[in-house]
Amino acid sequence: MNALRKLFTFNGGVKPATNKAESSRDPIVRLDQLPLPPQFVVPLHQSVGGIPQPLVTAGERVLKGQRIGGSDGNFSSAIHAPTSGTVIAVEPRVMAHTSGLTMLSVVIEPDGKDEWVEIQPLDWRSMDANAVRDWLRDAGVVGLGGAVFPSHMKLMAGRKTPMKTLVINGAECEPFITCDDLLMRERADKIIAGIRIMRELLGAPEVLIGIEDNKPEAIATMTAACTANADATIQTIAVPTRYPAGGAKQLIRVLTGIEVPHGQRSTDYGVQCFNVGTAYAIHEAIDLGHPLISRMVTIAGNVGQPRNYEVLFGTPMDFIVRQAGWKDDTNAFIMGGPMMGFRMPAFDVPVIKATNCIIAASPRLFAPPPPEMPCIRCGECARACPTDLQPFEMYWHSRAKNFGKVQEYNLFDCIECGCCSYVCPSHIPLVDYYRFSKTEIWARERQKNAADEARVRFEQRNERAEREKREKAEKLAARTAAARAASAAPAATTADSPTAPEAPAPTPAGDDGKKALIEAAIARAKAKKAEAAGTEGEAPVVEKPVRKVLSEEEKKALIDAALERAKTKKQAAAEKPVTEE
Amino acid sequence: MINNSPYVRAQASVTRVMLKVLLALLPALAAYVWQFGIGILVQLALAISTALACEALMLKVRGKPLELFLGDLSAVVTASLIAMAFPSIAPWWVVVVGTAMAIIVAKHLYGGLGQNPFNPAMVAYAIMIVAFPSLMTQWPSLHLDTASQLHAIFGNSDAAARALDAITSATPLDALRTGLRAAGSSVESLRQGPAFGWLGGQGMEWVAGAYLAGGLWLIQQRIITWHIPVAFLGALAVVSGGFWLADSAHYASPLLHLMAGGSMLGAFFILTDPVSACTTPRGKLIFAAGAALIVFLIRAFGAYPDGVAFATLLLNICVPLIDMKTQPPVFGHKLGTPPEKRH
Repeated sequence: MNALRKLFTFNGGVKPATNKAESSRDPIVRLDQLPLPPQFVVPLHQSVGGIPQPLVTAGERVLKGQRIGGSDGNFSSAIHAPTSGTVIAVEPRVMAHTSGLTMLSVVIEPDGKDEWVEIQPLDWRSMDANAVRDWLRDAGVVGLGGAVFPSHMKLMAGRKTPMKTLVINGAECEPFITCDDLLMRERADKIIAGIRIMRELLGAPEVLIGIEDNKPEAIATMTAACTANADATIQTIAVPTRYPAGGAKQLIRVLTGIEVPHGQRSTDYGVQCFNVGTAYAIHEAIDLGHPLISRMVTIAGNVGQPRNYEVLFGTPMDFIVRQAGWKDDTNAFIMGGPMMGFRMPAFDVPVIKATNCIIAASPRLFAPPPPEMPCIRCGECARACPTDLQPFEMYWHSRAKNFGKVQEYNLFDCIECGCCSYVCPSHIPLVDYYRFSKTEIWARERQKNAADEARVRFEQRNERAEREKREKAEKLAARTAAARAASAAPAATTADSPTAPEAPAPTPAGDDGKKALIEAAIARAKAKKAEAAGTEGEAPVVEKPVRKVLSEEEKKALIDAALERAKTKKQAAAEKPVTEE
Repeated sequence: MINNSPYVRAQASVTRVMLKVLLALLPALAAYVWQFGIGILVQLALAISTALACEALMLKVRGKPLELFLGDLSAVVTASLIAMAFPSIAPWWVVVVGTAMAIIVAKHLYGGLGQNPFNPAMVAYAIMIVAFPSLMTQWPSLHLDTASQLHAIFGNSDAAARALDAITSATPLDALRTGLRAAGSSVESLRQGPAFGWLGGQGMEWVAGAYLAGGLWLIQQRIITWHIPVAFLGALAVVSGGFWLADSAHYASPLLHLMAGGSMLGAFFILTDPVSACTTPRGKLIFAAGAALIVFLIRAFGAYPDGVAFATLLLNICVPLIDMKTQPPVFGHKLGTPPEKRH
């Protein structure tokens, strides 16, 4: 069926040296084959979405798999203890991020017993789909391809649009990384088990497992697993090896022909995409009840024996790299592949859910880039771009900080795959320029939004103050008018109201000047009232409703004016393209 | 300290690109020497040394690192194109002044490598043919001996001018232009003249063929794309072919147009200069076809025998507009995605 299937293609892409042979030679080093590190540092925020709240405090004993961070709302994912031991601290620690920023982390000293919390598998077939999704959220399952998007959120896709295809991403196009390859070779059945759960939750009739054709063993084992399951709706498909074929949108394009534009979701087209590692994690979480506390990590680059390890989250990176053989000229760790990976701020940052690969870098392995030359507009970058952008134009305008123009050239369609930088004969770090432009645009937009909100608040406050002042004056005027009317009436009909004599009483008490002022105010109020109501000399009893109608009309006028202002503001904003991100 | 991703890079550099362009010029240079003698080599040496001197001077004035930019070979490419485009028996100072104009004015005054809106070699050509039309239209006869060539290049200008008549030959485009003005002559009768070979100009057709071969290699090497050469040569053939079919007595055949003058050099080496050409696929087609149209108009109706230089410069001006109007659709935008959904 593989041969019969028509595959599609995306433009551009590059073919860097894969460097996958060394780390894929030996099987994955299992958890039970590894010693525990002396300390775990488990960051509470390891996924897209809300930051989980710590559920433990310093001094507390935790068990392996015990939830130590509760998901913050539904768009978040729980965090669990990687082993049993004592919580030493709950404090900010350096994150596995280039910035070197800190994140609230739970520091655990293992007791060596590796004692599990009580676990039980989930009988998902007899359960409501929502309950299964909640289970996955509380098991901390997130996308393990690198994006760490909460999986339970992605599994809701089928509720709005009918799903056609579930794409399973086993392409693994980045050089050096082989963790998905080895996982597919060794645990194909478990991946298929996870896929079956996902397909059920999504209601997708068809499952396509895309694997780059430079992984013949993985393709063979996955095909065999599909056949063994006797399920013709799950197909393993070899896709041509070309970076970035493992980008979700690129893989969806290759397998289904659908091009998902930036800003839209593949689910709008009936397609959802998961990494093979995520499928495995879902199987573990549901069929075994194991929350996500470890993952496969490729240790590659400047090490004695590049290999794949199953690593508990929170393990310091240098601990696991030392297992593979430390080399002294290692000058940094890169998390991820050489095309899109990030330099780590320190050697001992913890392995997290997004860590698919740790490359020990050395000056010999990754030579410093040659000096940057001017762009000669050769167009190599445009030919290499998998999203059909004109990278050199975006570079040009980014350099000039002409951010409006950069957006006109669709900056936000850029997936930062690095193909343009890879091929540039002038050695321009093009992707750095796009990252710079994106952050600048986001910062400016935040600033603009804040200023807009402040202005609206200020205007509303002024309007409110004016309205209150006016209403107060009107109320006062009306009361005085009512009092005058009441005092005039008894003179003609000889008093039936007890309040009548009271009203005029203060008037004579005041001096003449004051009286004149008050009378003038009354006259003004009367004139205003007449103007507004259009009727003169109405009885004071009907005065109240008139005033109420009036104020509502005013309110409406105010709202209209505000809407009008908002509209013109929106139009002005539309002239300058802005992004929603 | 390590830079940001990507940490790996393809084996590519500006120097490699320029080197490949120089390599692609070698067959044409060999054909030139074989057909016309060593004059071209002298001009090449003059042009390259002038270019490097001017480049070094301007880099120093502009405070740019010498070793980085002198080594990029871009000045050598410009100089080589000037040497190949200029008559090989022009006095030495013609090519020196032209090259200096190209490097100093057309390149560095506009901002140096990558910034020039006009093709520097063609700026040099246009300046010199406007200023010294007679010197720029005297081409060597076939297999000219070395002494005469050196005399023409370095000799005392008066003596050289006297000697020139004996050694020069009209190019076919020039012969056609002047010949067709005379009553009663036709393309067919003029084709019998000494300027013409079996395809283009006597001897020059070999050089043109070598440009074609070198250009095809550049396409194979992914230094240039097929768009500009195909659109230029195709449009030139179509336009000249139309006139030729209508009146073959007064209009040269499309084959002559393709093989004579600067057509092949322009199609593969001049119009394809990435800095001054269009960059989008559709833009390249429009750019090259426009240049072909102007080349034909100048050749058939203009005051100059050839028009590749002027056509190139005119189309260089249009590049920003053409590029802006021919942006290719971005991934996922092809099916008319509503613009508000794009961000």
